[in-house]
Amino acid sequence: MAMLFADPFGTFLQFQQALDALRTSSWLEPSVSGGGAFPPLNVFRKGDDIVIITELPGIRKADLQIQVKDRTIRLAGTKPVEYGEKASLHRRERLAGSFDRAVTLPVEIDADRVKAEYHDGILALYLPRAERDKPKAITVA
Amino acid sequence: MAKSQVSQELAVQEKKELVSKEEKTVPARYYVQNTDIHETDDALTVVMEIPGVEKKDVDVSIENDVLRVEGRIDFAKYEGLEPLYTEYNVGHFARTFTLSNKIDQQQITAQLDDGVLTLTLKKAKEALPRKIAIN
Repeated sequence: MAMLFADPFGTFLQFQQALDALRTSSWLEPSVSGGGAFPPLNVFRKGDDIVIITELPGIRKADLQIQVKDRTIRLAGTKPVEYGEKASLHRRERLAGSFDRAVTLPVEIDADRVKAEYHDGILALYLPRAERDKPKAITVA
Repeated sequence: MAKSQVSQELAVQEKKELVSKEEKTVPARYYVQNTDIHETDDALTVVMEIPGVEKKDVDVSIENDVLRVEGRIDFAKYEGLEPLYTEYNVGHFARTFTLSNKIDQQQITAQLDDGVLTLTLKKAKEALPRKIAIN
């Protein structure tokens, strides 16, 4: 039976299902300048603009490099995993290493107005769509 | 501080969904956070990756030698965003560990930096190794 009322708690699950539904679509093209699948990216649309969100836990702001050129975005950096000299390890699941990934968006972005925010291990890139790329409304004379 | 190699290229770690004996009352997916555990003579250190979780949304508890850590994502941050292309899913984090050592419950410290939660669990006095002198 269909739900007869809006379920505020179900919204998150619906969001998670929407994320799953779009996985492995070919929307983002890998760029020639950098390979690598790390970090995994989520791309959202917010009005006219594009928002890219990625999880980079354990990576310091200073160790993160972001470059934008035309439609290509490059994310590079290193992730250290440290532990005490005399410690004995019981479990190791966190990976250390470096990454370099470049992706090309299928839309024109305004490279000068790109904003990046990094909080709690989450990087959000706000990519405003270039004015010249926006659709123009044409009125029928 | 010992450092592990950083020269190698990072691989994507697929998130593991939580399979729990208890059921949740909220319909949302939970994931199991990647965790490192290391031990020194006087403390157990648990390092967990919980990207996107704010300080106020982390719950740490120890009950009957079971360490339970839960981190919740503030879903409101994703409102108004329409997914176009996705490579990972977003969810709350939850994981429990049974501790083999006695932990001094009064001396647990937690630190959250760049999405990494570090818990330092000091061992209780009786669990510390004692040196026994031979007469």
